[in-house]
Amino acid sequence: MSSIIGPASFKFFGIFPAAILSFVLPIIGVGVFTYIMARRIAPLVRANPDNRFDQIGQRVKNLVVIWLGQMRQPRYMLAGVLHIMIFAGFLILSIRSTSLVIIGVSDGFVLPGLGGVLGDIYNFVKDYAATLVLVACIIAAVRRGIYKPKRYDVPEKYGHDHTAEAVFVLGIIATLMISESLYEASELAYEFQHTGVEHFLAPLSLVWIFKGMLASASQNLLQGLHIFTYFVHDLTFFFFLCFLPLGKHFHVITSIFNVFFMRVKKGNIKPVMHGVSDDRLDDLESFGVKTLEDFTWKHMLDFYSCADCGRCSDQCPANAVGRPLSPRFITIKARDLIFKNYPFSGEIYKSKLLVEDIYTEDEIWSCTTCGACEEECPLGIEYIDKMVDLRRGMVDEGMVPQSLQKPLKALEKRGNPYGKMEKKRAEWANDKEFKANWQIKDLAKDAADTLYFVDSITSYDDNIQEIARRTSIILNKAGVDFGILGKLEKDSGNEVLRFGEEMLYQDLKAQNTEAILETGVKQIVTADPHAYNALKNDYTGLPPVKHISQVVAEKIAAGELDLKPCQNPDAVYVYHDPCYLGRHNGIYEDPRQALDAIDGLTRVELEKSRDRSFCCGGGGLMLFYEPEEETRMGVLRVNMAAEAGATVIVTACPFCLVNIQDAIKVAGKEGEMEALDFTELIEQHLA
Amino acid sequence: MTQIFAYIPFNNGAAEDVALEFPSAAKKIDESASLTAVVVGSGADVDAVANEMTSVYSEVIKINQADFAYPNAEVIRKALVNVIPADAIFLVPHNTFGMDLAPGLSVKMDSSYAADIVDFEGIDGTALKAVRQELGGAVSTHVTIDIASGAVISIRPGSFAPVEGGAAGGSIIDKSGDAGDLSSKRKFLELVAAEVGDVDITKSDVLVSVGRGIEDEENIEIAQELAEAMKSVVSCSRPIVDAKWLEKSRQVGTSGQTVKPKVYMAMGISGSFQHMGGVKGNPFIVAVNKNPKAPIFQVADVGIVADILEFMPELTEAINDL
Amino acid sequence: MEILVCVKRVPDTAENEFELNSAGNDLDRDDLVYSVNEWDNYAVEEAIQIVDNVGGNVTVITVGDDESEEVLRREMAMGANDGILLSDDAFEASDGKGIATILKAEIEKGNYDLIMTGAQADEGAGQVGGMVAAMLDMPYASLVNKIEVGDGKIIVGREIEGGNQEMNEIELPCVLSIQTGINEPRYVGIRGIRKVASVDIPVKGAGDLGIDAGSVGNAGAKTRRVDYFVPDMGDGAEMLEGSTGEIIEKLIEKLKAKGGL
Repeated sequence: MSSIIGPASFKFFGIFPAAILSFVLPIIGVGVFTYIMARRIAPLVRANPDNRFDQIGQRVKNLVVIWLGQMRQPRYMLAGVLHIMIFAGFLILSIRSTSLVIIGVSDGFVLPGLGGVLGDIYNFVKDYAATLVLVACIIAAVRRGIYKPKRYDVPEKYGHDHTAEAVFVLGIIATLMISESLYEASELAYEFQHTGVEHFLAPLSLVWIFKGMLASASQNLLQGLHIFTYFVHDLTFFFFLCFLPLGKHFHVITSIFNVFFMRVKKGNIKPVMHGVSDDRLDDLESFGVKTLEDFTWKHMLDFYSCADCGRCSDQCPANAVGRPLSPRFITIKARDLIFKNYPFSGEIYKSKLLVEDIYTEDEIWSCTTCGACEEECPLGIEYIDKMVDLRRGMVDEGMVPQSLQKPLKALEKRGNPYGKMEKKRAEWANDKEFKANWQIKDLAKDAADTLYFVDSITSYDDNIQEIARRTSIILNKAGVDFGILGKLEKDSGNEVLRFGEEMLYQDLKAQNTEAILETGVKQIVTADPHAYNALKNDYTGLPPVKHISQVVAEKIAAGELDLKPCQNPDAVYVYHDPCYLGRHNGIYEDPRQALDAIDGLTRVELEKSRDRSFCCGGGGLMLFYEPEEETRMGVLRVNMAAEAGATVIVTACPFCLVNIQDAIKVAGKEGEMEALDFTELIEQHLA
Repeated sequence: MTQIFAYIPFNNGAAEDVALEFPSAAKKIDESASLTAVVVGSGADVDAVANEMTSVYSEVIKINQADFAYPNAEVIRKALVNVIPADAIFLVPHNTFGMDLAPGLSVKMDSSYAADIVDFEGIDGTALKAVRQELGGAVSTHVTIDIASGAVISIRPGSFAPVEGGAAGGSIIDKSGDAGDLSSKRKFLELVAAEVGDVDITKSDVLVSVGRGIEDEENIEIAQELAEAMKSVVSCSRPIVDAKWLEKSRQVGTSGQTVKPKVYMAMGISGSFQHMGGVKGNPFIVAVNKNPKAPIFQVADVGIVADILEFMPELTEAINDL
Repeated sequence: MEILVCVKRVPDTAENEFELNSAGNDLDRDDLVYSVNEWDNYAVEEAIQIVDNVGGNVTVITVGDDESEEVLRREMAMGANDGILLSDDAFEASDGKGIATILKAEIEKGNYDLIMTGAQADEGAGQVGGMVAAMLDMPYASLVNKIEVGDGKIIVGREIEGGNQEMNEIELPCVLSIQTGINEPRYVGIRGIRKVASVDIPVKGAGDLGIDAGSVGNAGAKTRRVDYFVPDMGDGAEMLEGSTGEIIEKLIEKLKAKGGL
């Protein structure tokens, strides 16, 4: 006997060739897997269309950065690093696993190219990979099974706990790592005993350890172990493959697709139906998502891809204040329903109205569309479009809470949610003191280069009108030739669209677009990030749109706007990123640069800032909605600012200002803290 | 001569306040009109109320029938048609009973009908001129009511000055026998009392509304005491509900209740746009706020710059001393 | 169950600031927006819910000009099956009884088990339902905030003072005026209205209904609106100053005058 017998030549009890087993196992495994996948793909085929084959360059980039590079993982450091270890290990070991399957029928098979030095390097790397994966699995199992981080909890109303599944899979992975290493170690130990040839092994790797342990084992034992661990690995491998599509580990297979097909444009909302243009919307029988199959195939793929890591819900402000919404369970409930409605055999069940079956109306209305969940998801799962589609479905069925019906009706009749008269839209400019110094052009009568789009809250809310006046003064001093639409301006409809009232939004968009194009302006400026987002990302065919903070930052940089030293040098300022300026449009630096251009201004950062900013409570129609909640988002935000040591919260959004001003009072911090709009701070410091 | 009849609503043997307001209304219609109270009910209560009315009205018609044990407008209407002269002016209160009774009564009596009148400006020929409010009180209108063949008119309780009871020494005419057929296709079953603690702020003519100026949950009691003195209820702005110091049903504003009181006491309320959006019907607004620049002073009728925690107890005491 | 709901197009109190015209005798109607009377929405929603439970048909009807068709479509978008517009120059400026007379003529041509109206309208008097019932000799209940449908009878709750509820048994056919809060009316958007935009709505005039033109409209009206006016309102608050005692004295005087005490 010169060397150990591999599985391809081994005969059980001396007669039954093991090769038959290692030939049949993969066939059964792949066969079952293919059947399961075919069943899993069935709902995707019946789902609504979506074009996700555009912008291939960006998609490939996402694949490299988010999937392969795992760049979103370390946002949760421990879990992220563990995941990167397991993910990288899997990638590396996939080559080894493939070879192993073939080794079962062909002794000593080596993948082409892995015969020489490259093969030695690979083996060295993969031994460490297997070891690191095992270590990561043990830490992960301890963490999930014993420490149980809170974000993995499953509240009773959302079904059963997922810890068992998670730990079971970690066990499977560990089994794969151990069996693979034992398989190799037994061979090497055998060979060493036989020939005295010592292979170089990665020190302290699993194989290295096992080999050391097996150094003096009997040859019989080594031979048995070699075959046994081969089949343990083979069986576990194919079991795992077929097990993946049954639960949250489906992401091992789907993640590459999900990340490739993930949302590439920011701030916009999907059309009601891909392939149906706005002017043909009336032809559609039904709007939005009412039943399971109304989701797009990508949204279905999202459901499959969720790894249940809980990061979305951990970042979700609605979840944080006890609203009946947890994005993670939006996905998991839908996945459970797909699994139920599309069983592995037998008929496909018909889906009921989702908001009565698996979701509640309040759950779907609770979302502020802040986008924190999507920003966080390592798998590129999207939520806002789903929320909007579900809302479109509810609006189509007439299921709109009374608190939202009032402002929606007012928007339809008057173009603003307050039901105020159109002709009073420009009344903010009639403030006595302001009017004495500044004249605002009405673009219906006078021409100008720039349109200042005010939007509803800034036009009509007595407290917020100040933003309009300050913005006007800043634009004036910055030498911008601008005017307003006056009574021709309608609500931008940012929230009308996001609350699912598509036709009303279309109406507002059409009126605004016509009025804006009529003026012939070359650019649009607004101080309302919600208007900014709608005009920039939802409307089409408009001149470029800028937020006032961009204008200010530019003009300061160009030396066209001078700022005085800080008038309140004792105050500690903090900048709160509005969702529709930051996350949805990537404007993080301009407002900060402008603040930092004020000499002597002390500025601190919130822990949750930039793309992790925490929503103030939501704008637009969200001000009218009456959610069930334990506390207000604004109050949590104010407390965060207090912890950061700030005394003045500067924001650049009228809705943030309203919410934070209110929250300061509710939190009992009146006198200690104040909220200030960006325009107010800048205007005060204009030289 | 104009003949005016007034329907006297009562509870537990005592006439409602509006009974004392009809005489003022009648005078404004026609100084020289005759005025007769009509008391409909069953048992001792009717007698008691009829007797009480003799001190205000010179003539009181009483209809006492077992069928009137509960004031079912469908049944009472049938009796009234038989008792009230067809060409008379019949005044009823514009309340939930009057709204149930009066429109149909005007059809059955073939009379004119005018609802929710807040003032009269006398008769010109056969045209009675009256004032009512429309569009939630945003505007008032003059209406003319042709009284040639009688009229049924509901008046808004509280709109006419109550008269002092005293020495009218009126006579009681028992018309219980004239009621006629009282069969009805609508039968009263029972009264379901409102849930305890469930105050309907939309139904109160006076609201003591508190905002952030109340500062602490314990101070709600101070507002409660003022509300009791003013025979009204406490409402509030959103932060008070958010703090869970009062239940949601008490919140006034675009995201809360829309109220149409006569008097709105805005206590420590800044008067935000969202809050004032829930105050309709042009009430008399009294604003008390520490901040002289509070926007509430722009919309209020009367403003006082003061700390509500000091001001309210003093006002309560002064009212209780009246 | 065959249900008829009478609805009305009114200036929307939530979305208007009412001002008088320059002559001061009518509303400045240039900038007014109109919608379905709020109470009528609750009536239509209730009718739809009843029909959803026991079967039948909901018809909405209004008396008005061409523009009133808009409110019928809105209610049909909610789920009413049919709409009828009663329109004629002779109907203009009808008082409540005139409107009731017109409605009665059409109701008699149908075979309705239940007729509903809103409990009131912002510019109206809550009168038409009671009048129609009396004209048709049907039982009537106003301010209904609960309906339980039984066999040939229904149980209705009326909202009375103090938030109490008065329960009645009422025989069909009957007329009910519906109070807000009985249900949560469903939302109707532009899309819903467009979907029913081409549904035929019959228009009937005095001749179709067999009504003597002199008995309705301005000619038949016994109660007429003469003009509009706005009671005086100052601008900004009158600030009370002085010692607390003096302020309270002045305040109490004012509260007494305004019915606050």
